[in-house]
Amino acid sequence: MGVEIKVDGLTKSFGKQLIWGDVSLTIPAGEICVMLGPSGTGKSVFLKTLIGLLKPDRGSIVIEGLDIANCSEKELYEVRKLFGVLFQDGAMFGSMTLYDNVAFPLREHTKKSESEIRDIVMEKMELVGLIGAETKLPGEISGGMRKRAGLARALVLDPEIVLFDEPDSGLDPVRTAFLNQLIVDLNAQIDATFLIVTHDINTARTVPDNIGLLYHKHLAMFGPREMLLSSEEPVVRQFLNAQRVGPIGMSEEKDADELAAEQGQELPPLPPIPLQIEPSNGIARRSQRPPGDWCLEHGVVPPSGSFDQNMSMSTGV
Amino acid sequence: MSSLTSAKVLAPIGTAGKLFAFGLDVARGLFKRPFQLREFLQQAWFIASVTIVPTALVAIPFGAVIALQVGGLIKQFGAQSFTGSAAVLAVVREAGPIATSLLIAGAGGSAIAADLGARKIREELDAMMVLGIDPIQRLVVPRVLATMLVAVFLNGLVSVVGVAGGYFFNVVLQDGTPGAYLASFTALAQLPDLWQGMAKALVFGLIAAIVACYKGMNAAGGPKGVGDAVNEAVVITFMLLFVVNFVMSAIYFQLVPPKTG
Repeated sequence: MGVEIKVDGLTKSFGKQLIWGDVSLTIPAGEICVMLGPSGTGKSVFLKTLIGLLKPDRGSIVIEGLDIANCSEKELYEVRKLFGVLFQDGAMFGSMTLYDNVAFPLREHTKKSESEIRDIVMEKMELVGLIGAETKLPGEISGGMRKRAGLARALVLDPEIVLFDEPDSGLDPVRTAFLNQLIVDLNAQIDATFLIVTHDINTARTVPDNIGLLYHKHLAMFGPREMLLSSEEPVVRQFLNAQRVGPIGMSEEKDADELAAEQGQELPPLPPIPLQIEPSNGIARRSQRPPGDWCLEHGVVPPSGSFDQNMSMSTGV
Repeated sequence: MSSLTSAKVLAPIGTAGKLFAFGLDVARGLFKRPFQLREFLQQAWFIASVTIVPTALVAIPFGAVIALQVGGLIKQFGAQSFTGSAAVLAVVREAGPIATSLLIAGAGGSAIAADLGARKIREELDAMMVLGIDPIQRLVVPRVLATMLVAVFLNGLVSVVGVAGGYFFNVVLQDGTPGAYLASFTALAQLPDLWQGMAKALVFGLIAAIVACYKGMNAAGGPKGVGDAVNEAVVITFMLLFVVNFVMSAIYFQLVPPKTG
């Protein structure tokens, strides 16, 4: 069914350096969310804080009534069983074969027999297309395969919440497209809450129901996909359309001179909003909304050419 | 500025405190079930396999050097018949635990720190925690117990090989008599010597494993961080072990009166 994650006033710093402050958002149950942000804005730190690997300085993260920012170690280990996490490089256990890696959570947490475990593991391996590679060690396979194996392991305990740490980093465009389709299909199938941390614009534009943007030590915006894609907010607009003109510079923020130099520069028009990826079996996900629904509801006119079936995937440059 | 200096000065105390806290976590993990028997056996075998041969090779010259040094000195006193007991005392009481600790820290500890450090930077430890498994209970406790077990066995190995090496050098090279070497065994040495050697080895194994695990699990900053962690683990273990060895020897002499031959 998926579980709601309610984050309130979350603040984290390392030593004196603030990573982000006062982040408040609610990740709705069963929906796909993407957390975006320029490199080095603490997206991965945010993800690790959500699973309690890092303690925030202030604020709360409430999952099923439990505040995991301020709970005991024991409760934390319990609540983590709700999670499946795909780490950046898969984080496979190097000394075990892929089969043992995927079977690991089942062997540790359930009393299932080896034949039951075998059925579940093979089902998940098939889901991510790794049949035939069960006996390989993580060191012997490519990065993309490790990622898919990591996904199989994250899914093996039927999690309520699945977190993806840059699922598309280091993958070629074709594999990224397949992975994105897989994410949408999975969501349709298991109805869990998905949070994807990435800086791949294509993923962010086409996969999620909601988008969040971390920028300059705070959460710049969080809301439905169409809201952010049609937003005129300079930071959101610049980032989601991969433009150079805007407040984001090479090193985090542009200084006053650079901004002054850009004054009066014509901003390119907002590119059309692409259609959301649909489950490959054609049956709509529970949390899916018809294209243009949000825009219609809020009286926003989407950029021309939006929601066109044959639109090219490229972002406006 | 002053707060910055004081922070720098106090940093080692903080680190010592964290290491101690980690030790307490391990102690707590010891009683958590299920006990990881498989991991324990694998690790014990692994640590034994990387330490046995080097330990034996270190123990032979160690025993020989003691026999040479003590033998030469005792000859000047005209008390050759005590060479055997001197060798036993030196090897069993001090050389055994020290050689064991050097090998445990240098071969076993560095391997543990490198292994856990690599897992840490590959996010395997995070993945494990996210899967609801405590890495301290799952990985650290079996390693600590395995290191302690192997340390005790290695101590026995060093004692036997060291005494045998001493025998060889004393009898074959220094023209001592086998009878005198063996007979003087019991003149100064006593059973508690053996116990304290084993107790030392046990404590050394504990310290070496805890420091190695702590450093490995706190490795940061990519592959270089793992190298640093291994390096620091070995250096810190050496320093700690020599201090602890001194303290334990001092306590031993207070508790067990030396035998008067």
